[in-house]
Amino acid sequence: MLSRVANSLYWMVRYIERADNLARLIEVNEQMILDLGRVDPQGFRALWRPIILATGDQELFDETYPNATQREAIHFLTEDRNNPNSIVSCIASARENARMVRDQLAEELWEELNGLYLFLNSEESSRILAGDPSGYYEMIRRSTFTFHGIAAATTMRSEAWDFMDLARHLERADKTTRFLDITTYLEDSKDVAVTADEHWLAILRSCGGVGAFRSQYRGRFSPRNITEFLVFSEKFPRSVRFCVNRLDASLHAISGNPVGTFGDDAERASGQLLSALAFGSCDDAMAEGLHGYLDGLQGRLNDIADAIFRTYVLLPEQIDERPSIPASSISSVVKWQMQQQQQ
Amino acid sequence: MFDRYQTGPFYDEMFRNDGVLREHCAPLFERFSSIAEADFEARRKSCDAHFLRQGVTFNVYHDDKGSERIFPFDPVPRVIPAKEWEHLESGLTQRIIALNLFLHDIYHDQQILKDGVVPRSLIEGAKHYRPEFCGVDVPEDIYIHICGSDLIRGNDGVYYVLEDNGRCPSGASYLLENRNALKRAFPQLFERMGVQSVGSYPRELLAMLEFISPHREGDAMCVLLTPGCYNSAYFEHCYLARQMGIEIVEGRDLVVLDDFVYMRTTKGLVRVDVIYRRIDDDFIDPTVFRKDSALGVPGIMNAYRAGNVALANAVGTGVADDKAVYHYVPKMIEYYLGQEAILPNVPTYLGADKKELGYILDHLPELVVKATNESGGYGMLMGPAASKAELAEFADKIKADPGNYIAQPVIQLSSCPTWCDSGFEGRHVDLRPYIIYGSDVKIVPGGLTRVALNKGSLVVNSSQGGGSKDTWVLKE
Repeated sequence: MLSRVANSLYWMVRYIERADNLARLIEVNEQMILDLGRVDPQGFRALWRPIILATGDQELFDETYPNATQREAIHFLTEDRNNPNSIVSCIASARENARMVRDQLAEELWEELNGLYLFLNSEESSRILAGDPSGYYEMIRRSTFTFHGIAAATTMRSEAWDFMDLARHLERADKTTRFLDITTYLEDSKDVAVTADEHWLAILRSCGGVGAFRSQYRGRFSPRNITEFLVFSEKFPRSVRFCVNRLDASLHAISGNPVGTFGDDAERASGQLLSALAFGSCDDAMAEGLHGYLDGLQGRLNDIADAIFRTYVLLPEQIDERPSIPASSISSVVKWQMQQQQQ
Repeated sequence: MFDRYQTGPFYDEMFRNDGVLREHCAPLFERFSSIAEADFEARRKSCDAHFLRQGVTFNVYHDDKGSERIFPFDPVPRVIPAKEWEHLESGLTQRIIALNLFLHDIYHDQQILKDGVVPRSLIEGAKHYRPEFCGVDVPEDIYIHICGSDLIRGNDGVYYVLEDNGRCPSGASYLLENRNALKRAFPQLFERMGVQSVGSYPRELLAMLEFISPHREGDAMCVLLTPGCYNSAYFEHCYLARQMGIEIVEGRDLVVLDDFVYMRTTKGLVRVDVIYRRIDDDFIDPTVFRKDSALGVPGIMNAYRAGNVALANAVGTGVADDKAVYHYVPKMIEYYLGQEAILPNVPTYLGADKKELGYILDHLPELVVKATNESGGYGMLMGPAASKAELAEFADKIKADPGNYIAQPVIQLSSCPTWCDSGFEGRHVDLRPYIIYGSDVKIVPGGLTRVALNKGSLVVNSSQGGGSKDTWVLKE
């Protein structure tokens, strides 16, 4: 498979997963705020701040909306095209990557993604977001689920699939750590009358894990149990360990190396992380301090992503020094050349 | 729905001038007459929605929002009887063979220049002539593998060749997608009319690419080279690559080592044998042509010269579809094949010829003037529609560089019923069949019918208010 194609498939799926996670997070947070009854504008800001911090665009947010209210926070995370990680931007980026590899995708798969993109850019979608936000987020969740379902039903189990599966689980693992990390920022907003437990429950809900959690831990919604479940569970499909396991398997499927060994930096990094999760426990995380521990996980996930890029995308760089052109920063000259007249 | 239909003084594809229905269109007429206006409009809208969802779109240039539009589609098909198609097929076959013999000659012995049939100055001054490739042999001696000749029909109903697009003709994907759209909208009509299938196009295209592979062992590795996703025809590139099951690559995916072309894959480098390139000569190799090209593959021309990779179309074919060289195509047919051209040219006056230049300048308001090396409806003057100021301005341009212009009388394109806001009205159409030259010449029955959607307009280009129709070639 072309390295460029592998890269585009990978980013297509990562952006879709990112949009899905963000939709979950916003929706759950909104629901939780409803449960709180009356909150003043100051309080609203405090309640949205952790999510904006967790998605990593805090500076941009503060710059754009110095006196943000809840409405603006939601707008920033959902519809703001200037925020490269808003839901609408993520879907646009996913589609842009899909466009570059359209020949690799099943028609239905492209149509689903393109349909979502067209919907998000329609006036209808803004109306729905204003009138029925939870319907809006549900639509996004359903569409991304449909996308994954079509992908699973139509994609050959070859490299293309492995790169897509790997991207999904890498992004998902990263987002689960960020969901958990929200609890850290909560401490800065103690003045808000939310009990910490409610936040923990909201996090579990945004991962769609309440039912699964109950069956394993009964009703014991303690921070420790929830952390253990979301980081170390072997079976829950959004836990960090589960995701890293899948990602490790995909990497080995791509390279052909047996699982448990490594042939490149990416496999080595994922194997190391997987064993740390498989043989570690929640006590390690608590001893280190949750924020520090999650930070460490995010760093290791980033290292894996970098190693994948070096191994599979930059591969023959020694042959040709020209840097590849990322679509987002394509210069106007190149764009103009691409637009050359067709007969 | 046809009650108020008027044919005008032009040849109409569905009705005779006296208003009588052409017999081969009878089932179509019946079906479309019986349908309610609202129902027809609903079906048309559903075609549009399908195109949009599928992303059968072209990019609108100079638009930062990156907006995409669909190429307007008209659901009324243009119908061609079997006999007429046979005539077109033989004429187009004759033409592509002559054009290829001409290109081989021009890039080798130049006998046709030595014999004075085509003036040497014309060739050597042509923008797309590539003297660097004189003496280079190309696989199977084929230069134009895919040709998209534009045909128009005068008031007399005669088909004329308006121009030959022998570089990177586009539009074949619309031909295929328009057919799919109509099949969904009016399924029963196809059985009743007996329409020949166009579905073999991707197969024929792939068979041709495999045929010209320089390497005989194993399966040929064929790829489609695109300028990138901002090209207006990018949808088509993806579509065709997918239909053929070949990789679509950008310049940066390819690398040349020891005069062989490779693509970078996750498993290392893989040798490429045949490239269906949709990128102009100018941009294909920055070490040979435009130095600033960021899209090309450095060194690819060396691999091509060495015979290690085949390109479709070959380099330098633009000299054959130059609008001034066009004038000589009937002479080429006579010179190489000893035959008379089956499909006539539109009469053409060359700015390069002193006498004809005088004629052009004197008759500007009656003529269509075109720059010889432009395409897509650019660099063109429609005499009868131009204002005095525009005429004067264009006359100055011609005087400044007469060799760069040709002129033709205005041919009133034939008209075809087209859905307009208030029922069917006649709109002007042309026809672009796609001719594939591999082990044999193959032409899928039909082609892309382009339609000028603005009332009275003769310009069918998508950039200037054109749309397209499905083209039905009937079985016997």
